[in-house]
Amino acid sequence: MPHRTFFWFFFPSGLAMLMFIGLPIISSFFQSLHIEPEQILMEVEKCDPFGCKTETKVDIEATNKLQEEQPLGRFNGLGTYGDRNHLAFDEIKEAWTNSSSIAEFTDILLNLPFYKALLFTLTFCFAVTPPVVVLGFIVALSVNTITKSLKGPTIFGVILPMIVTPLIGSLVLFWMIDAKGILGSFIQFLFDDPNLSLKSSSQLTWITLIIYGIWHNTPFAFVVFYAALQTVPQDPIEAAIIDGASRYERVRHIVIPHLYPVATFIILICLMDNFRVLEPIIGFAAEGVAQSLSWMIYNDLRSENKMLFGSAGATSMLTIIGVAILLTPVLIRTWREFRTER
Amino acid sequence: MESKINRYSKQLILINSFFILAWLVVSVFPFIWTFWGSFKVKADFFSRADWMFAVTGVNTLIETGDTSTVKAYVESWTEGEFWKATMNTIIITVSVVTISLFLGTLGAYALSRSTYKYTFWILIAALIFRAMPHITLVSGYLFPFFQLNVWGILPTTIIVLVAINQPFTLWLLYSFFKTVPKELDESALIDGCSYFQAFRFVIMPVMWPGVVTAGLFSMMLAYNDFTVTSLLLNQQNYTMVPKINAYLGTIEHSGNYMWAVSSVVSATAPLFMIIMFFQRQLISGLTAGAVKG
Repeated sequence: MPHRTFFWFFFPSGLAMLMFIGLPIISSFFQSLHIEPEQILMEVEKCDPFGCKTETKVDIEATNKLQEEQPLGRFNGLGTYGDRNHLAFDEIKEAWTNSSSIAEFTDILLNLPFYKALLFTLTFCFAVTPPVVVLGFIVALSVNTITKSLKGPTIFGVILPMIVTPLIGSLVLFWMIDAKGILGSFIQFLFDDPNLSLKSSSQLTWITLIIYGIWHNTPFAFVVFYAALQTVPQDPIEAAIIDGASRYERVRHIVIPHLYPVATFIILICLMDNFRVLEPIIGFAAEGVAQSLSWMIYNDLRSENKMLFGSAGATSMLTIIGVAILLTPVLIRTWREFRTER
Repeated sequence: MESKINRYSKQLILINSFFILAWLVVSVFPFIWTFWGSFKVKADFFSRADWMFAVTGVNTLIETGDTSTVKAYVESWTEGEFWKATMNTIIITVSVVTISLFLGTLGAYALSRSTYKYTFWILIAALIFRAMPHITLVSGYLFPFFQLNVWGILPTTIIVLVAINQPFTLWLLYSFFKTVPKELDESALIDGCSYFQAFRFVIMPVMWPGVVTAGLFSMMLAYNDFTVTSLLLNQQNYTMVPKINAYLGTIEHSGNYMWAVSSVVSATAPLFMIIMFFQRQLISGLTAGAVKG
């Protein structure tokens, strides 16, 4: 295909991606270099029957004027990245010199907003992915053995948690595990503790979120494994049966090695998708104890009167760096495949 | 397909059926429970006294005179203006699917037929774009959109969702067009067609299986989106998912909590219907990326 034709075919799609994915990233970076203008204060003298007092007030007019002149705020360089809500260099330095033990230091470190969010995001990613892969594989093996006529409806049932949007999925579970809901009551009954609530402690909330993550992601792993199982060659399996291999041995030595590449694909996609966890936190109303990086950005942008573009931009950039690290293996894999294809 | 010697023992079948049933309960029961509970009042769905109330509907009987009620549905659709959110969702979903398929088929066709090296770099760039968390993109949109005064309206959101959706659509349709034999459109070119005519008259008639799959994924993205719609639309233009979230935020302690429960059912039911019909396409789309790369 000549360059010209290619260009016209690809132009609309490419333009859309450049304008609304490429540019926003640059715009985000630009915002992160700026900080909201300070409010201009003025002194007002207020007199009442008991005498006069001077009060400091926000000069709304002057502040608005400044806002209009510099809508993005004033230039701050990389200052936002180092402040308390992001990488917090000063606080870390201070904690390092002042704390007597490593435990105390990590304690201070993990109470800083950014590191707290990073810890939750990574914990969520790495706690959800392994069970998802294992469960997805087992469910796929198991669905593969049932009667053909039952397969369709079974697959439909199994993939439901993946189809609904995370917010709705987490709400549905949240209402059940509510202390007054069915699962919540059941857990109270199980542990014989009428005051037990999964919302009460941060550990329990984290566990709930992770269980939700597994519930939501397993169908994806299942679907991919199930499709890959259809491509397992039958000849070696038959040969193994003739040689007297048990079912477990056949799965262990023939099926699993065949599925390795698929498993790495699932792991990488799972890590990448869970790195942006946001909706479950909102659905489970867990903002108090579990914040993710995406949630920090969401929170900066949601505040009614004052959106913190600078702060959101800086967190976005740091998140993108995180995604880039997780993405590298995927890119390398794709590149290799492309090369062998040509 | 299954060979005769590879028979399953009775025990295995038993354990297996048991496991599958248990797993189905885990994945399906929450939805059945919510569906059932949406016809009850709040005192039953969140029953402090006895969880069985949610099944029997004791308080619902006291409050409304029947064991199940559609009060929450009626109220949320009228008073809660869920009909408006539904309309917005339909407008957004239909537009996003149409536009992204139009752009996607053209772009992916060109990518699959060009032999130059830059196609590889474009696909890699698309992969990187696909991995960007949506919220980071939204943080880049808000400020310019405020300045241009295009924030809060449906067309902006539609264009943004189309763009966000492009990378995946491109990859999916690219791998689909790769399976369509090159000879098909090459012979049309030799017969004197232009590239566009070859696409229009030779490729378009055979591309529908791939387009249905890509359309399904575009639909799910637009229908399910929360991040973009909740931050880029104003309250009046909310689609279903942010609307449900708004119900939760404002009315935690009033009886209107059931609005959210019934709306969840209203929003989920059509999606499940569609997936029931297009399950095969959904699965083929999910695996296209995985098994091949």
